[in-house]
Amino acid sequence: MVMDDNPYEELADEHGADARWAFGTGFTDPLAGIDTAVPDGVDGAALAAYCLALGDDALVYSHRLQEWITRMPELEEETAIANVALDLLGQARLLLARAGTILGRSEDELAFFRDEPQFRNVRLVERADADFAELVARLLVFSTWRLALFERLCEVPDPVLAAIAAKGVNELAYHRDYAAQWVVRLGDGTELSHARMQAGLETIWPLVDEVFEPHPGDLVPLERGEFDVVLDTVFATAGLARPTAAPLAKVGGRAGRDGVHTEALGYVLAELQSVARAHPEGTW
Amino acid sequence: MVSGALEVAAATPDPELPLLTIGELGILRDVHETADGVVVTITPTYSGCPALREITADLTGRLTAAGYSRVELRTRLAPPWSSDWITAGGRAKLQAAGIAPPGPAPTGPIRLTLGPRPPVACPRCGSSDTVASAAFGATACKALHRCRTCDEPFEAVKAI
Repeated sequence: MVMDDNPYEELADEHGADARWAFGTGFTDPLAGIDTAVPDGVDGAALAAYCLALGDDALVYSHRLQEWITRMPELEEETAIANVALDLLGQARLLLARAGTILGRSEDELAFFRDEPQFRNVRLVERADADFAELVARLLVFSTWRLALFERLCEVPDPVLAAIAAKGVNELAYHRDYAAQWVVRLGDGTELSHARMQAGLETIWPLVDEVFEPHPGDLVPLERGEFDVVLDTVFATAGLARPTAAPLAKVGGRAGRDGVHTEALGYVLAELQSVARAHPEGTW
Repeated sequence: MVSGALEVAAATPDPELPLLTIGELGILRDVHETADGVVVTITPTYSGCPALREITADLTGRLTAAGYSRVELRTRLAPPWSSDWITAGGRAKLQAAGIAPPGPAPTGPIRLTLGPRPPVACPRCGSSDTVASAAFGATACKALHRCRTCDEPFEAVKAI
């Protein structure tokens, strides 16, 4: 074997079966071998835009969850949040790859080389959690909403998006149970845990309305009813009050799905994109 | 000598559960030989499964060694993988290794679970007096439990 002058050069190369330098390095196309032709009668541009929006939701939220790693109160919860973040990153990769097959761009280009106004995620996923109560409050809201949405998306005419949704449903149901059980445990716990859980819910509540507001880019309508039933069940079990905080105003009638974001998104993208932008020719 | 491609592919160990082959785990959907090689179709267990690259490299190495010059790996997303696809032989191996095999995957409408899930039998002593100690484990497909009869912690493959 000929060694390069710079031993690190080899780490970035494609590796065969016997020359990998660490488990889990290198990525395969998540849609390898799948027929990605847009079916007749489906508007490809609308499909790509919608996959991008759902992919951005998962990508940005996964990043915010990853920020908790090494900071969680217990090892078991650290493992849990790492797993949830990994599932969402997997969903993001599939969705960005689906959009990319139509737009002629790679999932990396879409994740790392778009700027803030080109991201189409809802504003719910942008902020950094201040504490564990806020984390589980947002995870409950996000997973309950996304689960209801993905159940609807299993029926869309694009078989690729329908399959991505069907695969995500089981994952999201598991995330929702995890979050709901923590909301109950904290809400029904001590006076202090109850107060902080209620405060966590109030903090994220202004971001809830936006995710149910119909948007011209939506591929399926989504009623809020099922979401409210689930959350009211959790609140009742936990002895928590339904939050009353008013919705966060839009800006000139526009919000996350239109590329108008809160200040928090810039911080996520700065960190998420910095390595790829510093080494635009890099592979991993 | 060239062995059957299906046999070779199915015997590839799963990188995260190396005691099981991908055939036993139920992620190998199809193997067919073409004029100049072999096409292998896999259904990943979870959306973010980081093991696919390892599986690809391993499959390619094994099939090449078995005499297939060109190996193409394809993903199939639908229907999604279910833990019901783990074979009886695979379940016996999990059990013998101290990992509880999954119960039947839930069917019908998805329900919110606020209380404990049905207990998973301890793979060591068989007791059903067990508690879930963590909903997630070291890999996407497992959770952690503890047996109150023999006091041992154990991993269980999640039923999905």
